[in-house]
Amino acid sequence: MPDSPAIAHEAANSAHAEHPSYLRHHFNSTEQQADASNFAMWLFLLTEVMFFGGLFTAYLVYRNWYYPAFVSGSHQLNVVWGTTNTLVLILSSFTMAMAVWCSETSRRRGLVLCLALTFILGLGFLGIKSIEYSEKIEKHHVPGAHYSLQSFLDPDSDAAARAAGDKPLQLDMARKTEIYFSLYFLMTGMHALHMVIGIGILGFMILRARAGAYTAGHVTFVENFGLYWHFIDIIWIYLFALLYLISRH
Amino acid sequence: MSMQTIVSLPDQSTARIPKDNFITRENGLLSWLLTSDHKRIAILYLISLSFFFFIGGALAGLIRLELLTPQTDLMATDTYNKVFTMHGVIMVFFFLVPSVPATLGNFLIPMMIGAKDLALPKVNLLSWYLYMAGGLLALYTMAVGGVDTGWTFTTPLSTHYVNTNVLTTGLAVFVAGFSSILTGLNFIVTIHKMRAPGMTWFRLPLFIWAHYAASILMVLATPVVAIAIVLVMLERTFGIGVFDPAKGGDPLLFQHLFWFYSHPAVYIMILPGMGVISEVISTFSRKRIFGYTAVAFSSVAIAVFGFFVWAHHMFIMGISNYAVLVFSLLTMLVAVPSAIKIFNWTFTLYKGSITFETPMLYAFGFMGLFTIGGMTGVFLGSSGTDIHLTETYFIVAHFHFVMVGGMLMAFLAGIHFWWPKITGRMYPEKISQLAAVVTFIGFNFTFFPQFILGTLGMPRRYASYPPEFQVLNVFSTAGATILGVGYLLPVLYLVWSLKYGAIAGNNPWQATGLEWQTQSPPLTENFAVMPIMDHEAYDYAWLEGQQQTDEQQHCQLQEQQKDTEVTSAG
Repeated sequence: MPDSPAIAHEAANSAHAEHPSYLRHHFNSTEQQADASNFAMWLFLLTEVMFFGGLFTAYLVYRNWYYPAFVSGSHQLNVVWGTTNTLVLILSSFTMAMAVWCSETSRRRGLVLCLALTFILGLGFLGIKSIEYSEKIEKHHVPGAHYSLQSFLDPDSDAAARAAGDKPLQLDMARKTEIYFSLYFLMTGMHALHMVIGIGILGFMILRARAGAYTAGHVTFVENFGLYWHFIDIIWIYLFALLYLISRH
Repeated sequence: MSMQTIVSLPDQSTARIPKDNFITRENGLLSWLLTSDHKRIAILYLISLSFFFFIGGALAGLIRLELLTPQTDLMATDTYNKVFTMHGVIMVFFFLVPSVPATLGNFLIPMMIGAKDLALPKVNLLSWYLYMAGGLLALYTMAVGGVDTGWTFTTPLSTHYVNTNVLTTGLAVFVAGFSSILTGLNFIVTIHKMRAPGMTWFRLPLFIWAHYAASILMVLATPVVAIAIVLVMLERTFGIGVFDPAKGGDPLLFQHLFWFYSHPAVYIMILPGMGVISEVISTFSRKRIFGYTAVAFSSVAIAVFGFFVWAHHMFIMGISNYAVLVFSLLTMLVAVPSAIKIFNWTFTLYKGSITFETPMLYAFGFMGLFTIGGMTGVFLGSSGTDIHLTETYFIVAHFHFVMVGGMLMAFLAGIHFWWPKITGRMYPEKISQLAAVVTFIGFNFTFFPQFILGTLGMPRRYASYPPEFQVLNVFSTAGATILGVGYLLPVLYLVWSLKYGAIAGNNPWQATGLEWQTQSPPLTENFAVMPIMDHEAYDYAWLEGQQQTDEQQHCQLQEQQKDTEVTSAG
C-alpha cells in the first residue's frame, strides 16, 4: 500500500484545517471558544460595575448630605482639562473600535496603527490627569494631615472659587469638602489604575500584533480588550459628570 | 444487624484502577503546580483548604479552652481577641467560601455537564494561586502578631482604634476575594457554554443549579467587599475620611458595603452545600428529587433574596425604623426557599429505598442542623428578638449551626460521596459512619449550649464571663473536643483508603449523574467519547435500562466468543 502514508497525511491535514491551532483542547469549536471568552469578559465587566458601585454609593450618600461642600469642591476642578480628557478618551474608544475592525478584517498595519494611537491617547489622558493632580497637591486639596480649607472658608483668596462665585462655607460644611476630595481621588485614582493596566496590555498587544497576531482569524483577545477599554471610557464619562459638573446644569 | 446497601463494587480480585487517569497522566510536582486540569486544581484546593481548616480549627480549640473557666487565664484578653478574629478570617474566607465550590464544584461541574474542562482553565489555576497568596498572607499576619478587629473589620475600630495588622489581613481577604470572583465567573461561563448535547437547563443536576446560584453571588457581591476593604486600608494609611465621623464620614456606610457582600457570602457558603445534599439524598433514596424545578429555582431565589437582607446585621446600629421593618420582612422571606428545599428533600425520602451510607448520614445531619440554624435565623430576623439576642452567644450558635452544622456536614457528605470518583477507591464504611455520628453528637454538644447561653445574655467576643455560665461552657468545650475527633478521623481513614481502600469501579453508588458514567479516577479529558444526555436528571429507570443493555451486550459477547471457540475447535 504505497499511498497509505499520503492518505494519513491528508487526513491529518484536513483535521488540522477543521481545528485551527488556537482552538483550545476542551472546546468543540472556535465559535464555542469565542462565545465563552466573550461571555466571561462581560461577566468580568459586571464585577467591575459592582466594584465601582461601592464608590458610587458612597458618592451618592455624601453628595446628598453635603451638597454645598460638593459644589464648592467641584469648582476647584479644572473643567477645561476634564473636558479635554473626556474627548481624549472618546477618541481613544474610537481608535480602539477601529482596531477591533482591523483585526476582524485582517489588516495588520491598520491594527498596529490603531492600537498605537489608543496607546498614545491613553498616555495623554494620564498626562493630563497628572497635571490636574499636581494642581490639587499645590493647593493642599489632598485629604490627610495637610488638607487646607482656605479655598472654601475664604473663596475670595482663591481664583477658581472666585470665578465660580462661591460663597464662604461654614467651618462645619467646609470640612466636608475633604470627603469630596477623598472620593475624587479614590474614584479617579481607581479609574487611572484601570487605565494603567489597560495601557500595559495595549503595549503587549502592539508587540504581538506587529508579529502578526490577531489578524489570522483569532480576534477574541482584541475584541475583549476593546470591551474593557470602552468600559473604562464609560466609567470616566460618569466620573466627569458627577465630579466636575455638579452645579453646571 | 444486616444493613441494606446499594454499594456495588467490581470483583475485587480482578478489578484494577485504570492505568490512564488524570492522576497518572503526568508526573512530578510541576505537572501539578502548572496544571490546567480542573480535577487536579480541585485536588490542590482540597489539600490547601484542609490545611487552613485545621489551622482555623486549632484556633477554635484555643477559644473553647479559654472559655472553660470564667476567668481570663489561658491568654491575655487582647490575645483572645486576635485568636477569635483569625479563627473567623481563616474559616470564612479561606475555608467556607471556597470549600465546596473550589473542590467538589471544580472537580464535578465539567463532568456533570459533560464537558472536558471548565471554560477558562488557566483562570481556574490563577484563582488557586490567588487563594494561596491570600492564605499565606493571612498566615504571615498571624505570625507577626495577628489582628483583633473581629472578622468583620468594623469601622471605626479597624480604621482608628486598633494598632494591629489590619492592612495585611485586609489585603489577604482582598486577594482571596478575587480568587472567589474568578471561580464564580468560570462556573457561570462553563454552565452556559460548555454543556454536552442534550444537557438542557432542566436536565442539569441540582448540584449545578446550586453552584450557578452561588456563582452569581460570588460575581456580584465579592467586588463590593473588595472596595470596602480598599477603603478601610486607604482610611488607615492616608486618613481619607470616608468612614471617619470626625471628617463627616459615616462608619455605617462601611457596614452597608461590608454586609452587602458578607450576607450573600453566607449563601455562597451554603448553596453549594445544598447542591451536594440534593445529589446525596436522591442517590441514597433511589428517587428523583421531589419537585426538581422548585428546588432548582429555590437556589436562584435564595441568591436573589440574599442580596436584599444585608441590613439585618445592623438592626441595633442606628438604621431607621422603616429600614428595620423592611429588612426584617425580607429576611424572613429567605426562609421560604430554604424551607422549599428541606420539604422537598423530605418528600424525596418518602417511599424511597433509603440506605444509610456515610454521605447519607451527613446529609441527615445537615437537614436537622440546618433547619435549626435556619429557624433561629428567623428569630434573629424579627427585630424585637434580635435586639435582645444580637451580640450574644445566640448569634454564635445560630451561624455555627448553619455554617458548621450545615455547610461542613454537606462538605463531608460530598467528600465521602465523590471520594470513590476522585480517587478510584472506597473509604472504609464502618469507621466513617462512626465519624459521621461522632461529628453530629460533638457538634450538638458544642453549639446547642450556646443558644441557651445567648438567651441568658452571655455576650460574644469576651474572654471571661460570670461564673454562673460555667456549666454550659464546660459542655460546649467538651463537645468541641468530640467534634475535633470527628474531624480528625476522616483525615486518617481517607488517607489510609488512598492505598488500601476497595477498588470502587465506575459507579459504586448506582448514581445517575454523568460523572458516574465514566471511569474512576476519570481521564484527563473526563470522557472517552463526548457524552450525549438523552434522559432527565435522576432518572433511575434509565440507569437500570442502561445496565440491562450492558449486561445483554456482555452476555452476547460471551456467547459469540463461545461460538467462535466452538467453530474454531470444530
